Amino acid sequence: MSPLSTLTPLAVKEKSPVRNRIRGGARYAPTLATLGLFIAMFAVGAGMYPSFLSGQVFLNLFIDNTFLIVLAVGMTFVILTGGIDLSVGAVVALSMMVSATLLQQGWNPAAVVFLVLLIGGGLGLLMGLIIQYFDIQPFIVTLAGMFLARGLCYVISLDSIPVTEGFFTAMAQAQIPLPGDLFVSPGVLLALGIVAAAFYILHHTRFGRTVYAIGGNEHSAMLMGLPVTKTKVLVYALSGFCSAIAGILFSFYSLSGYSLAAQGMELDAIAAVVIGGTLLTGGTGYVLGSVVGVLVLGIVQTFIAYDGTLSSWWTKIVIGALLLVFILLQRLFARKTA
Amino acid sequence: MKSLLKNRLAWPVIALAALLLLNQIFRPDFLALRMQDGHLYGSLIDIMRNGAPTILIALGMTLVIAARGIDLSVGAIVAIAGAGSCAYIAASPEPASPVTAAMAVLIAVLAGLLLGVWNGFLVSTIGVQPIIATLVLMTAGRGIAQLITDGQIISVSNDHYKAIGAGYLFTLPVSILITAAVFTLATVLTRRTALGTLIEAVGINPVASRLAGLRSRNIIWIVYIFSAFCAAIAGLMISSNVTAADANNAGLYIEMDAILAVVIGGTSLAGGRYTLVGTVVGAFIIQTLTTTVYTLGIPPEVTLVFKALVVLTVCLLQAPKARNLLRSLKAAPKPAAKEAAKEKVAI
Repeated sequence: MSPLSTLTPLAVKEKSPVRNRIRGGARYAPTLATLGLFIAMFAVGAGMYPSFLSGQVFLNLFIDNTFLIVLAVGMTFVILTGGIDLSVGAVVALSMMVSATLLQQGWNPAAVVFLVLLIGGGLGLLMGLIIQYFDIQPFIVTLAGMFLARGLCYVISLDSIPVTEGFFTAMAQAQIPLPGDLFVSPGVLLALGIVAAAFYILHHTRFGRTVYAIGGNEHSAMLMGLPVTKTKVLVYALSGFCSAIAGILFSFYSLSGYSLAAQGMELDAIAAVVIGGTLLTGGTGYVLGSVVGVLVLGIVQTFIAYDGTLSSWWTKIVIGALLLVFILLQRLFARKTA
Repeated sequence: MKSLLKNRLAWPVIALAALLLLNQIFRPDFLALRMQDGHLYGSLIDIMRNGAPTILIALGMTLVIAARGIDLSVGAIVAIAGAGSCAYIAASPEPASPVTAAMAVLIAVLAGLLLGVWNGFLVSTIGVQPIIATLVLMTAGRGIAQLITDGQIISVSNDHYKAIGAGYLFTLPVSILITAAVFTLATVLTRRTALGTLIEAVGINPVASRLAGLRSRNIIWIVYIFSAFCAAIAGLMISSNVTAADANNAGLYIEMDAILAVVIGGTSLAGGRYTLVGTVVGAFIIQTLTTTVYTLGIPPEVTLVFKALVVLTVCLLQAPKARNLLRSLKAAPKPAAKEAAKEKVAI
C-alpha cells in the first residue's frame, strides 16, 4: 500500500481536493439526512394539522426535551470515543431525588445544584477510572453504575417527592418572551448554551480532537502521544456531569423527584445520538446531529399527541423503525466512502 | 491450589460458594431440602426456579457474545413471546384445552425464531454492529408487544400453559427441567460438534475465520436465532408463572442480568472463548444475591446498590489488571481470596 502511494505522489495530490470534498460531504450526509427528515416531518405535520406550523410547536420541541438534549450531548462524547454510558437515565433520577430531598429539608438551591453536579460528575469520573485503569468494558461498568444510581434513588425514598422551593418553581414557570408572541423556558437557553460549549470543545480544543482520534483508532492515538487515558476518563466524567445537569433540568420541568423517573432515558439518548449520525463504533459524528436526533424523537411524540387516536406504544415502534432506517443509511454511506 | 485458582471458573464458583455460605450462616436451614406433597422444596430450588428465565437467556447470550456480538433485544422478545401466546389463548374458543396451550407455545417459539432471524439478518447480512442492530428490536419490540396486548395485561387460565412456569414434574419444577434440557442441548451441540469451536473462531477473528473458509454469516445467524429461541422460552415461563402477559414489565432489564451473568461467569465481552457452565454459575450468583438480600434482612430498597457493589467486586476480581495489582500487593493469590471473602461479608 505505502510503496504505491509514494510512487505516485503527483496523481494523489491532484485528486485529493476533489476526493476530500466528496469525503467531507459523505461525512456530513447522515446528519444532513436527519435534518432533512426533521424538516420533512415538520412539513407533513403542517400539512395534516394547520396548527402544527407554528413557531411555538417548534420551540416546544426544545422546551419538552431540554434534559434529553443535554444527555445526548454527554452521550455523544462517550460514543465518539467508542464507549457507551448506560447510567445516564439512573443518574438523572438520582439527581432529581437528591435535589428534591435536600430542597424539602430547606437547603439553599445553589448548594443543592452544586452538590448534584458534584455527585453526577463524581459518579462519571469513578466509572471512567474503573473503565480505564482496570480495563473493564464500559458496558458492564456503566451498567453497574446504573444499578448503583437507581439503587441509591430507592434508598433515598420510594415515594415521589414534590419540589415547592422558590427558585425551582420560578425556573419551571419562567417564560422568556421572544418576538412574535413566542417564548422559551430558561432551561432551553441553558441546554443550547451547553450544546454550544460542547461544539466548541469538540471542534476547537485539543481535548475534542483527542476524543475523535481515540474513536478513530485508540492505538494510533496512543502512539501519537495523545493523552488517551486522561481523555477517556474525562469523557465519562463529562457524561455524568451532563446527566446531573439533565437531572436538574428535568426537576425544573417536572417539579418533583421520583425514583422511577427517567427509566429507559439512556436508550432515548443513545437513539438520538445514532439517529443524529454518530457511529457507535466511534470517531464519526457531530454534537449538532445529536440535537437534531433529539428533535426528531420529539416530533414523533408531537405527532402522536396531535393525532390522538394512536396509542403511546407507537412512539416506541416508530423510534425503532427510525433507528433501523438510519443505521441502514449509515451502512450505505460507509460503503460508499470505503 | 494455584492452578485451581487460575481456572476461569474458580472465581465465579468461589463467589457463589461465599454467597451461599453467608446465607447458611444467617439462616441455618438455608441449604436444607424437603419433600412435601411429592414436590421438592427449599431455598436452593427457589433460586433455581426463579433464576430459570435468566439462565436460559444467559445461555443464548453466551453464544452470541462468544461470536463477538451482543443481544439487547431479549427482554423485548420475552415480552412479545408472552404477549403472543397469552393473546392467542385469550382469543381462542377453548381457552383451557391442551391443544390451545400447545399452539400458544408454538406461536411464541415461532415468533422468537422469526425475531432471531431478523437480528441475524441485520448483523450478518447487512453488517450492522450487534449492539445497534439489537437496539432496534429492543426499542420497537416492547411497542410491538403492547400492540399485541393492546396495552392491557392479558390474564389467561389454562392449567397446561400454567405448568410451564409453575408446574412440577418428577418432584422438580418444570422450569428447572426445561432449563436443564436447553443447557444440555446447547452443551452437546456446541461441544460434541465443531459448532462451538467455529463460534469461538468467529468471535476471535471474524476476518481470519472467513478467509479460512468458514461460513461466518451462518454461524452468526445461528447464535442470534438460538438466543431469540431461549428468550421466547423464557417469555413463556415468565408469562405462564403469573398466567398473564405484561408487555411493559415482562423481562424488563433481563438482558442486563443475562449479560452480567455471562461476564461474571468468565466469558469475555470481547468474544472468543466461552463457558456455558460459567454462565450458569454467574446466573446463580445474580439470583442468589437477590435471595441473600432477603435472608440478611437488608431492606429491599437497597437490593440494587448491593447488587451493583457485588457485580463490581466480581468484575474487578476477574479483571487481569486488578489481579496483577492484588498480586503485587500480596505475593500469593491466596490472601487475595480471603480478602475478597472478607469484603463480601463487610458489604
